[in-house]
Amino acid sequence: MTNPPTRPPAGQAGSGESAAGASKAPPSGPGTGAHLLELRGVGKRFGSVIALDDVSVTVDAGEVTCVLGDNGAGKSTFIKILAGVHANDSGSYLVEGAPVRFASPRHALDRGIATVYQDLAVVPLMSVWRNFFLGSEPRKGRGPFSRLDIATARATTRRALSDMGIDLRDVEQPVGTLSGGERQCVAIARAVHFGARVLILDEPTAALGVKQAGVVLRYIARARDRGLGVVFITHNPHHAYPVGDRFLLLNRGRSQGCFGKSDITLAELTRQMAGGAELEALAHELDAEAKT
Amino acid sequence: MSTSGTTPSAPTEEAAGRAVPAPSGTGGPGPDERVAPARLVHRLLIRPELGSLIGAVLVMGFFGFVADGFFTAAGAATWLDDSATLGIMAVAVALLMIGGEFDLSAGVMTASTALITAMLATRAGWSVWPALAVSLLFALAVGALNGWLVVRTGLPSFIITLGTFLALQGLNLGVTRHVTNSVQVSGMRSTDGYESAGRFFASTMAIAGTEIQVSVLWWLVLAALATWLLARTRFGNWIYAVGGAPISARNVGVPVDRTKIVLFMTTAGAGWLVGSINILRYTSVQANQGIGLEFQYIIAAVIGGCLLTGGYGSAIGAAVGALIFGMARQGIVYAKWNSDWFQLFLGVMLLAAVLVNNSFRRRAERSRR
Repeated sequence: MTNPPTRPPAGQAGSGESAAGASKAPPSGPGTGAHLLELRGVGKRFGSVIALDDVSVTVDAGEVTCVLGDNGAGKSTFIKILAGVHANDSGSYLVEGAPVRFASPRHALDRGIATVYQDLAVVPLMSVWRNFFLGSEPRKGRGPFSRLDIATARATTRRALSDMGIDLRDVEQPVGTLSGGERQCVAIARAVHFGARVLILDEPTAALGVKQAGVVLRYIARARDRGLGVVFITHNPHHAYPVGDRFLLLNRGRSQGCFGKSDITLAELTRQMAGGAELEALAHELDAEAKT
Repeated sequence: MSTSGTTPSAPTEEAAGRAVPAPSGTGGPGPDERVAPARLVHRLLIRPELGSLIGAVLVMGFFGFVADGFFTAAGAATWLDDSATLGIMAVAVALLMIGGEFDLSAGVMTASTALITAMLATRAGWSVWPALAVSLLFALAVGALNGWLVVRTGLPSFIITLGTFLALQGLNLGVTRHVTNSVQVSGMRSTDGYESAGRFFASTMAIAGTEIQVSVLWWLVLAALATWLLARTRFGNWIYAVGGAPISARNVGVPVDRTKIVLFMTTAGAGWLVGSINILRYTSVQANQGIGLEFQYIIAAVIGGCLLTGGYGSAIGAAVGALIFGMARQGIVYAKWNSDWFQLFLGVMLLAAVLVNNSFRRRAERSRR
């Protein structure tokens, strides 16, 4: 199942992907020129429900791949396949050109694929630095005297956050006291610090105000500038367009196409996301009703 | 700071909460000039154990005033003694509660372990030390079972440990009656190893001319150890995390199930320690001992600042909560009041503690340090 792709890359999505891939030489991969991540015709079924069908996309270092879709479009399934929570049933998933099949999110993480979920995996009542290192605490001392290296943890947290341009007054404050955008940024900085090469962000700007969303977008751009491949899942084209290099549109589990930034305008992206032809038909229908 | 327009010396609410990109690069390591004033006071104010410390001072002052002999060395030895075994359990229960779980079987566990030790030593003729080892194994096994059932089923630990509580209670009575034809086991004094084990668990030390029970020492050492564990170790970090947000903790690689099982085993192990202290001190044990104590442990932990929902609390606070308990119970005796008043006192104390802790916690959550 892991080896050759069970079906060739789909026409529309495949062409979009190769065009985008050619336009920017990916610095990832040991001189192979392979994409950092690549999905080829990936599908996933849950029983008789087809959650995802024939989706192809690429992620390159130093680029942001935006995944746009309405509720139920298959974004969650898409993330979970990338993150190693689910394995794809069809198609193939390649990391640096080599097909992979992750048994668990841990394996994906070991390959540098880090996912920041909407709940952010933070503990609100714990301090920023404790959250930052939770699960990977630096320690000093041996055996029963092994203890947290608190000074290092605090300093590292502060440095990692300021490297990402996040200026917190005190890393000792509980994460719960931070604003939504700040929390999102702490989670991103944590993933970057722990060696992520691909950052998957699950709707990081949902539920944020305009200003906070702007702050998060800035950190996404910063992560990209540091050479990470970013997968940015959102349903808001206005958030996706300014930072995105490539846009995958999902609808009802199917790819509506994968576009490079030069291939699509914000207006078109918005139109597609707003329901495109469906919404136009609805507008006509409502118009007609109003006239009668 | 890119919050231009706000001078660093006058932090406003606007500047305070925002994560602002700092192109000028002031956010490097080292303290931030915006947090300097009122930091220490604030640090103290948001500690979970603060309420219990204030309460302890008030209770101490009150009984020192109304009860003759409360502040004498003998008086102190009495209320410390009363607090000690409760405190040992309260510290362990606090760790478990911070980890987000309850253990209702903790009280009965003190009787179960004492009964096992006593029966093996007096009926089977074992030396006390191997008998203690077997009862410890039993306690750890029950603790592990509690933990395993909770993490496996995902059911509330309240229900699971209520089950083990009832089961142990029945086992204590049933087995004791079957073996001894009565509901108590006694005769520890004549057993092999009673002396040496007694020195460890139930001796007294002369301090300032007064005999202090060694259980007080156990209590203080365990409270200090648990506090260190919570604040300074990786496991302590995990305890807060599994209680505060178990799913998040699991997502970042914290072994949630293992942490919880270890915490249940710790509570059961503390139950064994208290059971051993009791059996070696009083040389006999009633089969129905320990019933109802589990709520006292939880109350002491809550007075000490533990949240019922987990993720927040303090071991030192739980130890102080137990101290308040002991002082009140003995203070009422010293004041020559009817001990019926103790329950009233307890209820008021618990409500006050919950209200105070709740407001402190809100402040801690809201506070922008």
